[in-house]
Amino acid sequence: MKAPASTSGRGTGATGLAGGDSNASATRITPGNALRPEDIAQEVRAGLAKPTEDVAEYALYLADDALILAQRLGHWISRAPELEEDVALGNIALDQLGHARSFLSYAGGAWNQSEDDLAYFRREPAFRSVHLVEQPNGDFAVTIARQFLLSYYQFELYRRLTASTDATLAAIAGKAVKEVDYHRDHSAQWVLRLAGGTDESSRRMIHGLRLMWPYVDELFQDDDLTIRLAEAGIAVAPSSLRPDFDRLTGDVLLQARLEAPDVPAAPGGGRHGRHSEHLGYILAEMQVLAREFPGASW
Amino acid sequence: MTTKDSASTGAGPSLDVSDSEAARQAEGQAYFDRIIGLDSRIEPRDWMPAAYRRTLLRQISQHAHSEIIGMQPEANWISRAPSLKRKAILMAKVQDEAGHGLYLYSAAETLGQSRDRMMADLIGGRARYSSIFNYPALTWADMGAIGWLVDGAAICNQVPLCRASYGPYGRAMVRICKEESFHQRQGFEILLELSRGTPQQKQMAQDAVNRWYAPALMMFGPPDDDSPNSRQSMAWNIKRFSNDELRSRFVGMIVEQVEVLHLTLPDDSIRFNQDTGRWEHGPLDWNEFKEVLAGRGPCNAQRLERRREAHESGAWVREAATAYAAKQVAQHKGNAA
Ligand SMILES: [Fe+2]
Ligand SMILES: [Fe+2]
Repeated sequence: MKAPASTSGRGTGATGLAGGDSNASATRITPGNALRPEDIAQEVRAGLAKPTEDVAEYALYLADDALILAQRLGHWISRAPELEEDVALGNIALDQLGHARSFLSYAGGAWNQSEDDLAYFRREPAFRSVHLVEQPNGDFAVTIARQFLLSYYQFELYRRLTASTDATLAAIAGKAVKEVDYHRDHSAQWVLRLAGGTDESSRRMIHGLRLMWPYVDELFQDDDLTIRLAEAGIAVAPSSLRPDFDRLTGDVLLQARLEAPDVPAAPGGGRHGRHSEHLGYILAEMQVLAREFPGASW
Repeated sequence: MTTKDSASTGAGPSLDVSDSEAARQAEGQAYFDRIIGLDSRIEPRDWMPAAYRRTLLRQISQHAHSEIIGMQPEANWISRAPSLKRKAILMAKVQDEAGHGLYLYSAAETLGQSRDRMMADLIGGRARYSSIFNYPALTWADMGAIGWLVDGAAICNQVPLCRASYGPYGRAMVRICKEESFHQRQGFEILLELSRGTPQQKQMAQDAVNRWYAPALMMFGPPDDDSPNSRQSMAWNIKRFSNDELRSRFVGMIVEQVEVLHLTLPDDSIRFNQDTGRWEHGPLDWNEFKEVLAGRGPCNAQRLERRREAHESGAWVREAATAYAAKQVAQHKGNAA
């Protein structure tokens, strides 16, 4: 092929492709400040932020909840009940993925691993996610029920974590809490709409909450690690979040004329690698390509 | 993007109208002609010829459908994106396309048709969308090739549409074009990374470019001598350049960029014609184009079924939202009384 002399420039500067933030998107809502996962990774690489083993393990708790939830929510993009929800659920998934990347980048500092090493090359028992985020999307009401419970939990957690004595955890939580506040509003609005909409939507909302409720208790279980870190002012004891969670979700349920389902709690165990049957499939799909080309750059 | 193949601009049915109605029509036509003559903008409340309205409605709704169906081949890779950064970029991109669909359905609604009706036409198989989305996205490299070539072709097509004579369409295109240029750059970056990667990765990138090149060129619609409706669209200042002109520009753009990628285009006839000032390319299989457009492409049934499934299984949610909103209004009125 021949090119006229005037257009034979080389290098990306001559390609006519636009510059700017590679994550930029006009439909994206980012109420948080500009702290990006790349900034955390940069700090870790520069040795400005290095978590202890304990802190890194705790960061995995937070990261894996957000990562698995993002993976679940991402499935809705192009399948939502209306286009506005493709955008809204996409936003929430992106926020969660962003939080996961920040926590993973930080955790990786303890073991000299990248966010992708941790996301793609850990095996199932090494994941620290709770069972709630692993639950299948189900219908829209099931997804909203899961989102409602998780966002109210995450909001209380991140709100307190902004006061962590660990500056990096506090900074990530500071950005995340603003975004999760929107997730809370989104899911609460839908709980009200579905509960107060039609007979069918009310029936489905009640069913969705029943399906997800057994996994609520696990969110608030303390363990040796969280107790140790909470005493040091680094983490928040999960059990301490429960009263506010119960009160605030209770307010929404009351307004929606719903009752908290009377169902037995499941034992959980995700924080210690004992997962639901679902996680294996989630990871198989998420990790397949990265594992096909170990060491490759993308 | 827009399919240029199906816009027909037949004259409206002739009606028996009263003298005053005839006078109103003549006045409207004179106003319309003056606005078009000034290369200014027609707005939703302005008088416009029935054929102009029909042409725009068809073009804008097809464009909206293309954005929505176009989410599918890329959504297919969100769950498997090989790094978290790429996953985030891809999610944001597919989400952007939903936003584009929303802007465009809104623009089309200003011409008097509801989004519900347009969606029903789409899933009922009565509406068209860009044939490119009926090809499968088989490997991760397709995320690069689609961004670079498909969004790239969309930009070439759409930048001139920012000046389209119908105001709401032109304004929607301005917002969309900004995002499409991000998409193209992100696609280019995916290919660049693969091309600089392992031999297997580079092979994956080349294979994707080979498969998407010709369908991307065909996005500009049939050759000018087989595009009977283009002339009227150009006279109405909807379309600014012919299909072949736009295609030639696109070839000129990617022929340069592919060298930076250290990949090749599967076409050894590409040359710059000094006499015409245009880039030329090898022959395209217009028969395949027509087949895919007629529903006989690799993924036509799959794409429509997926849209139908999402739309129908979401019906109870939309009904609930409507019912809830109505109850809120009723309650508000009750409180006010
Ligand atoms: Fe688009
Ligand atoms: Fe795009």
